[in-house]
Amino acid sequence: MGHIAATGLIDCDIHPAVPGMKALLPYFDAHWQEVIDARGVDGLDLAYYPPNAPISARPDWRVPGRKPGSTLADMQSQALDAFGISHGVLNCLYGGPAMYSADLSAAICRATNAWMAAEWLDKDDRLRASIVIPIQNVELAVDEIERWAPDRRFVQILVLGAHEALLGQRHHWPIFKAAEKHGLPIAIHAGSAMRHAPTANGWPSTLYEEHCSFTLTFQSQLLSLIAEGVFTKFPALRVVLLESGIAWLPSFFWRGTKMWRGMRKEIPWVDASPAAIVRDRVRFSLQTWDLPQDPTQLDQLLEQIEADDIFLFSTDYPHWRFDGDDPTRGLPASLLAKALRETPLATYPRLKEAV
Amino acid sequence: MSAAANLTRHVVAKVGDIPENGSKLVKVKGRPIALFHVDGEYFAISNVCPHEGGSLCHGKLVGLIRSKEPGVYERSRPFEMLQCPWHGWEFDIRTGQSYCDPDSIKARSYAVTVKDGAELAEGPFVAETFPVSVEGQYVLIEMK
Repeated sequence: MGHIAATGLIDCDIHPAVPGMKALLPYFDAHWQEVIDARGVDGLDLAYYPPNAPISARPDWRVPGRKPGSTLADMQSQALDAFGISHGVLNCLYGGPAMYSADLSAAICRATNAWMAAEWLDKDDRLRASIVIPIQNVELAVDEIERWAPDRRFVQILVLGAHEALLGQRHHWPIFKAAEKHGLPIAIHAGSAMRHAPTANGWPSTLYEEHCSFTLTFQSQLLSLIAEGVFTKFPALRVVLLESGIAWLPSFFWRGTKMWRGMRKEIPWVDASPAAIVRDRVRFSLQTWDLPQDPTQLDQLLEQIEADDIFLFSTDYPHWRFDGDDPTRGLPASLLAKALRETPLATYPRLKEAV
Repeated sequence: MSAAANLTRHVVAKVGDIPENGSKLVKVKGRPIALFHVDGEYFAISNVCPHEGGSLCHGKLVGLIRSKEPGVYERSRPFEMLQCPWHGWEFDIRTGQSYCDPDSIKARSYAVTVKDGAELAEGPFVAETFPVSVEGQYVLIEMK
């Protein structure tokens, strides 16, 4: 299995699929059960990963009659056991956070978190999870964080790449305060609640453009967090970018630092270069990377990024990112040395408690 | 002269030539130097911004803005930071150091003194093209 023959892999991005609203129903109160039933609310998978689209699951991981990644048994045999994963962080991409009604969103997020705890965390102690939150209402979002934070198996907070507003803006700060207090990194996953077009010039026509433009969304959010001073205000907070790619990092560093040199008076609380802040406080999952065909160019890229301790191993299970049984294929051993285990443990204080 | 023997003092301006919080471009041995006047003190740094070469004598003198946390702006050292007119990089007019990277990016600075004309009449100094009379005070910079 190549590099991953090493034991103790920590997979920082695994996606358990909600089979359907029926599976979540036991985790709603009576009012919301009735609402879900009466309205027929269902099928809230995010538009980026339509269950039947090729990208949404490796062909050999598809099992007729069930949604890819929707059973623990599949996840165990296809990923946890197959790759020798000692711990995996569940990032559930079901649509609760995307609802327009904050109350409905809070109810679905709460049910999703409860479902993850009962159906996954309770049944396999290799698993950890991210708390999903109704970010459109900060009070409700903080309530949801406080509800699950005492359960140490929840190791971070998950938000979509794009929602109502740029993440760094001050009205979001109670979320970061709670995250910092509980030692929970904030993970931003590729995806959108579709409040805004993913490009600065409006809506693209194709799914292809949408997937390519994820990197723009990530850069906007990261810049917002830096410029608004989130990393200054919350010195212990860490941010994890999931499926952001990394090839854009050098230009982000260069332009961010250049502009900061000339315009930092507008944001005087940013007293280190954006590049230094990112290297210190932000971590990146391996899947999916934009890899150059020539491996020497990857070496150059990593030299330009100037950090070998900011990458987190991930499989992105069950999404179709690689074939075969080596999710680290193509990545240099020097990089993987830390990404497979050391950096995940340094990123997630709660994970460290367990090992 | 207090400086090393290989430094020469050059008379570059008459006190009063440079308005308060203003600048004057002078040349010494062919090198463009930006002179500044803040609250009775004079400062001299190379006129060429170490970033892309912007003319620093055209920059604005501003206060030093720092912050302990977002939304809080603390202004100190009024008019002692120079902002390059091209890209806004800030330099400390006392040292020439850039704010963002003080150890590796700096504008060359020169020691400045102010002397009475009568004192200058005794030398040694280099006036090159600048006329000195016994009346008034003059700005001198030290340069190799």
